[in-house]
Amino acid sequence: MSVVKRISNALAAVAVLPAVALGDNQVNMSPGVTSIGAEIYDLHMLIMIICVVIGIGVFGVMFYSIIYHRKSRGVVPSQFHESTKVEVAWTVVPFLILIGMAVPATSTLLEVYDNDDAELDILITGYQWKWKYEYLDENGENVSFFSNLATPQEEIYNTDQKGEHYLLEVDEPLVIPVNTKVRFLVTANDVIHSWWVPEIAVKRDAIPGFINETWTKVPEEGIYRGQCTELCGAYHGFMPVVVHAVSREEFDAWMGSKRADKAAQVAASAVDLSLDELMTRGESVYNSQCLACHGAQGEGGVGKAIAGSAIALGDVGAHLDVGIKGVAGTAMQAYGSQLSDVDMAAVITYQRNAFGNNTGDVIQPSDVVNHKQG
Amino acid sequence: MGDHHHGPAKGITRWLFTTNHKDIGTMYLWFSFAMFILGGTFAMIIRAELFQPGMQLVEPGFFNQMTTLHGLVMVFGAIMPSFVGLANWLIPMMIGAPDMALPRMNNWSFWILPPGFLMLASTLFMEGGAPAFGWTFYAPLSTTYAAPSVTFFIFAIHVLGASSIMGSINIIATVMNMRAPGMTYMKMPLFVWTWLITAFLLVAVMPVLAGAVTMMLMDIHFGTSFFSAAGGGDPVLFQHIFWFFGHPEVYIIILPAFGVVSQIIPAFSRKPLFGYASMVYATASIAFLSFIVWAHHMYTVGMPVAGELFFMYATMLIAVPTGVKVFNWITTMWRGALSFETPMLFCIGFLVLFTIGGFTGLMLSIAPVDFQYHDTYFVVAHFHYVMVAGAVFSMTAAVYYWLPKWSGRMYNETMGKVHFWISFIGFNITFFPQHFVGLAGMPRRIPDYALQFADFNMMSSIGAFIYGASQILFLYNVLATIIAGKKVTDEKVWDGAEGLEWTVPTPAPYHTFEVPPKLDPAHAHG
Repeated sequence: MSVVKRISNALAAVAVLPAVALGDNQVNMSPGVTSIGAEIYDLHMLIMIICVVIGIGVFGVMFYSIIYHRKSRGVVPSQFHESTKVEVAWTVVPFLILIGMAVPATSTLLEVYDNDDAELDILITGYQWKWKYEYLDENGENVSFFSNLATPQEEIYNTDQKGEHYLLEVDEPLVIPVNTKVRFLVTANDVIHSWWVPEIAVKRDAIPGFINETWTKVPEEGIYRGQCTELCGAYHGFMPVVVHAVSREEFDAWMGSKRADKAAQVAASAVDLSLDELMTRGESVYNSQCLACHGAQGEGGVGKAIAGSAIALGDVGAHLDVGIKGVAGTAMQAYGSQLSDVDMAAVITYQRNAFGNNTGDVIQPSDVVNHKQG
Repeated sequence: MGDHHHGPAKGITRWLFTTNHKDIGTMYLWFSFAMFILGGTFAMIIRAELFQPGMQLVEPGFFNQMTTLHGLVMVFGAIMPSFVGLANWLIPMMIGAPDMALPRMNNWSFWILPPGFLMLASTLFMEGGAPAFGWTFYAPLSTTYAAPSVTFFIFAIHVLGASSIMGSINIIATVMNMRAPGMTYMKMPLFVWTWLITAFLLVAVMPVLAGAVTMMLMDIHFGTSFFSAAGGGDPVLFQHIFWFFGHPEVYIIILPAFGVVSQIIPAFSRKPLFGYASMVYATASIAFLSFIVWAHHMYTVGMPVAGELFFMYATMLIAVPTGVKVFNWITTMWRGALSFETPMLFCIGFLVLFTIGGFTGLMLSIAPVDFQYHDTYFVVAHFHYVMVAGAVFSMTAAVYYWLPKWSGRMYNETMGKVHFWISFIGFNITFFPQHFVGLAGMPRRIPDYALQFADFNMMSSIGAFIYGASQILFLYNVLATIIAGKKVTDEKVWDGAEGLEWTVPTPAPYHTFEVPPKLDPAHAHG
């Protein structure tokens, strides 16, 4: 649709507000799928209705006055200006109404804070600008992965049609079993983020150096989408949360395949790849992990330029250090824990051979493993 | 009297060296309007980018600079100085004093403002760009992860804070020492009362803000770890300190607005303010409560449940004195003889929209529900209803109401009314739909959004352009009034206006009340 068309449509919507605009747009909070979500929704509606009723009363009196007590009707203003009784009444009555609101609010809040008896613990770590999910295992066999925005840059920069779940889609969603109390341990690696999924009514800040607790119990299978809700830097708007709630069986199967992937990754790091293979893989890793800060042509932006940089053209070990350990005090994160050894080898190779950095260096997964071991 | 009294000096030195409360008030008002236009321009850029989904005009990093500067410039540059300007012009005239108590400091507190904002605005042209961490500048985004310009931001905040503290000390000293004989505290106009209480709030919390930015400076440059867990600090500590300043700050902004409305509604109702004493007590209660509710901005940081409950109950309590105020204003109108000149229209607009903002404030106070509202557009809608429709509408009302007294010329009433209706409609088209997108799940401070939010965002942007354009009409009306408005000479420009400022000639001469006035006991308070 052309911009002019959209503007004229929007103007039309404004003109016949609210009938048209409200038609197919969500205008209210969703009760979501969880019991906590439903309670929060009920509280929200209760308080809103009380406010609307009070508002109708207050504005009713005001508009009555505006209509009937106008100077132009020749009224003589009365001069009363005090009444202790009235003042006491409109102090005490609102106070009692507030107590009526506080009682259900307190009980809901206590439920939100009841983190006991969880059957599954998931550590959620906010990064600029992605989420890491780690399933904690009693035997130390944790499974973890990163969840990145999956919307392509072309859609964001309007050169491609935007998909249905524009900005609310990720490469790997969080998977949880239904009807299971899941405890989320929420923290962050760099700045403060906030993990929010409206449909399950969970929002908790992810604070570097501290771990917050919250929980959910999702009764229905489905895909629930949310976003980071604490300003966390340039790409704050581009770190969605997607939760897949699946049956217990499906969850177990998924967990099994995750563990198998982990084993396969270890095996893969022993295999050498060709320059072409590394370059192809490196390009896709670069585009999903590095491009936002370092630019599509390695020209830099939030991060330093890679094209022609001293690091990309210099010592391989120093380059690996930056990739694996990050640069303290900057937005450059330690990718050693985020990328597999194969991906790390591929992206370093790519950076050293793309954008005119024709070093010809080939870094193998085994080099990364060796480098990590010192 | 007479010859030895000099008028204003000639040329630029009149403004640079002036110690006259009216000159300084005028400079504050024009400066704040300039900042209002600057902050409004940033808002227009934000709304233009959000007009459609996708990135069109600016990059995400620059978008964050715009939201940050919009907030900082509007709060510290537009709203706060505008009410200080109003206080300068009006408080001496309302209490029968010849000038402010500390006139030289008055000059200084104004003249450090423009360099402060120049420093803040200059960050836009620095390497790495302007501050991009939101006007609440949460650490560590504003410390470890900030652009180098953050140091200039810190010094700008120090300068603005110093200006505010000096302005407040001046107001406190003036009100306490320079009231005309017989002007007891409980006879002061409500605008003076609200400003006296506001000034105490400012003196109490501005140093806290200064402390917060100093700790940031230490963390950035001197190796401390106040806000970094890695060195034994706590990022949440920043939020506690910031909001210990920040919550009183929102009442610093709104209390003088309450004062303005309490002057204007009785004037156009031709009836005394209902419940004067309860208005004073309600204002003081709000000020007290503002110190013990700060963490309601932080319900999701993971406070212990006892803390959540305390801050929830304390916050809900604010509804009581705020309700008292609204009930008093409406009872003032009840059985009055109302007329609807532009200042009254803006006050009625204030009443309706501020009350809606109060209702959403009450909704936000409920901690468990806030988990869904927090950091969404619902919050953005809420605070624009209280900041714009509250503070800015009442400030606009004040300008229309007192401009004839200041300039000796009457503004164009029709144009004023048109300005009101365009503002009122534009404002609501902008901010009412933001309640909807917030409830539907749109976070604030994002440069791009999911497709289900597109319609309301476009509507919001159109409303913003309408509201923005209406300010040009306002500027034109004010300039046309000053230059060529119809002359007025009545001391009481409005037949229902009460108070000492309406007993001096129109336009108000350069020096007023060199001899303290005799109070008319029939008109206790304005």
